[in-house]
Amino acid sequence: MATHSHVQPQAGTANGAPFLQIKRVVKKFDDVFAVDEVTLDIQQGEIFALLGSSGCGKSTLLRMLAGFETPTSGQILLAGQDIVTLAPYERPINMMFQSYALFPHLTVWDNIAFGLRRDGLPKQEIEARVAQMLDLVQLKAYAKRKPHQLSGGQQQRVALARSLAKRPKLLLLDEPLGALDAKLRERTQLELVGIIEQVGVTCVMVTHDQEEAMTMATRIGVMSEGKILQIGRPDEIYETPNCRFVADFIGSVNLFKGNVEVDEPDHVVIASPECKHYINHGITGTAGMAVHVAVRPEKMSIRQTPPLEDERESLAEVGFNMAQGVIQDLAYLGSLTTYHVQLDNGTMVKVTHTNAARHAAIRLTWGDRVYVWWCGGDVVVLTR
Amino acid sequence: MAFTSLKGLSLYDKVTGSWGRSAVIGVPMVFLLAVFLLPFMVVFKISVSEMETVTFSEVLTWAEGVILLKVNLGNYISLTQDSLYIQTYLSSLQFAAITTAICLLIAYPFAYFMARSPADKRPALLMLVMLPFWTSFLLRVYAWKMLLADSGVFNNMAMALGLISEPIKMMNTPFSLVLGMVYTYVPFMILPLYANLVKMDLRLLEAALDLGATPWQAFWRITVPLSKNGIIAGSMLVFIPCVGEFVIPELLGGPQTLMIGRVLWDEFFSNNDWPMAATVAVVMVLLIIVPLALFNKHQAETAGGGRA
Repeated sequence: MATHSHVQPQAGTANGAPFLQIKRVVKKFDDVFAVDEVTLDIQQGEIFALLGSSGCGKSTLLRMLAGFETPTSGQILLAGQDIVTLAPYERPINMMFQSYALFPHLTVWDNIAFGLRRDGLPKQEIEARVAQMLDLVQLKAYAKRKPHQLSGGQQQRVALARSLAKRPKLLLLDEPLGALDAKLRERTQLELVGIIEQVGVTCVMVTHDQEEAMTMATRIGVMSEGKILQIGRPDEIYETPNCRFVADFIGSVNLFKGNVEVDEPDHVVIASPECKHYINHGITGTAGMAVHVAVRPEKMSIRQTPPLEDERESLAEVGFNMAQGVIQDLAYLGSLTTYHVQLDNGTMVKVTHTNAARHAAIRLTWGDRVYVWWCGGDVVVLTR
Repeated sequence: MAFTSLKGLSLYDKVTGSWGRSAVIGVPMVFLLAVFLLPFMVVFKISVSEMETVTFSEVLTWAEGVILLKVNLGNYISLTQDSLYIQTYLSSLQFAAITTAICLLIAYPFAYFMARSPADKRPALLMLVMLPFWTSFLLRVYAWKMLLADSGVFNNMAMALGLISEPIKMMNTPFSLVLGMVYTYVPFMILPLYANLVKMDLRLLEAALDLGATPWQAFWRITVPLSKNGIIAGSMLVFIPCVGEFVIPELLGGPQTLMIGRVLWDEFFSNNDWPMAATVAVVMVLLIIVPLALFNKHQAETAGGGRA
């Protein structure tokens, strides 16, 4: 899933301060906190994704960056300048709207030229810039069409060209690919990243689609109920979530509730009703503390026979990180199969198995009694 | 799912497609034919016949195996030669155009704020626009007589307050005529404009602001062009009846306010010259319909089947 291959963002602006600084920003609608004390630094050249389900405050935060909403309190600094008091039309920020908001009465050419004309640029300059933008999004042949005469993917490219034409310091993308169908979306994600990187603009995007965020963004901020829960690279968010919400929101996860039994600097043992968990790294916790052990389905192994000694790397004692159960359900998805296993104490776990060989030696099926195991290095202990 | 819905559609098409669709267009067509085209043909026939003491001559006669078609174009010729008619037509068009322009100026901001007001307040505002329709139109126009007369409410009040020493002549002037027509027809401008503006996608305005347009520029570049259809519909609803308006010029107009509706009335009922009156009516319809048809054709061509 985490297949991004972007250049890493530069360390910062010339003076070392982050390019975009969001400082303790609060937005209240009546008595409800839509955005609750968000602090966030974004570096120049970054593609930053705000990820969350609907109503988490990500769109409100984006609209405050664009200037359509005013923060109840807090500061937003762009290249060191506070932009909170600037009207939308005074900000060096452009936005690509959800479902594009292209002007239906104007041609593709006029849509792209709209912002340039407001700036009162000379005619030749406008013509040159529009031509350059049409080139960039490969829509030269469609300049005279009206938006409704274009396909969804073409409209998306016009919207991108329109928002880039003014060479904004910051580009905002609101659910950039939400209106496209799945097949087209996959291709467009990389195309979009390609164009953004070619232009070199700093970009903040909002999405509820984790795959979109992970493909496109250099860093992701996971939001829930107006707060940012975790900020990190896609792999950090996925492999080391810092709370149950993030672990559960990004991909799927098996959570085992348990208590810390042994707390050593180099390993911990956590007892849960399913099994004992041996984790070969220390945690910030104390013995007896209630925690959750998170294991991703693809980090689990499944077989009818118990694991061999060499398959259970660096385990101090046999019997840890392993449970037995019965396959209740399975979903064959082609590249992988998902097994829903009911463990002996009643807990349901999800295990995915990559179908590397066309004909697996042993086919597992409904009702099979199986062993499920995982390595101590592949789990995350969550304290909240 | 796609299959069943596709099948459902084809079934729907089978039931309604062949005759259903033509019935949908056909019924109003027949209705218009009966209530508009046939009476128009009768009027047209009268306009090309001759007046004989109390009745008028038949256009088509059948005598001794000979069909006689007698078309009298005398009325049309005299219409073009009499400057009174030409002036009246021009004056009617002018008053209608002024009324339409003033209605648009009043109705646009009105409809705009109605459309932008909170959704729960809009039905009440809509009711207020339609409130005047609850009382008789004749009564309301008549009330303006009381307000505008030399010894009417406005003049009396202004004189009592010492603003003026003698009454200002307002009744039976172009002012009172246009005021009456604007007052009567402004709801017909507001309603289509409101219907259009309330549907507008407000994100387009945000997009315009985002691209550097001031709110004022966004209004002129986005809102106004996108409400073009509402402006056209409202203007037609005001302009067309205003050209042929009779009651308002009769009650509020004066010697300076020549309107074709009154000339028509005079020809019918004072001069009792029905063919001439019919001619005036036919020319009036042509004056309105021909430019409108050309305009519609132009619209259809430039729009190219695009959405509003």
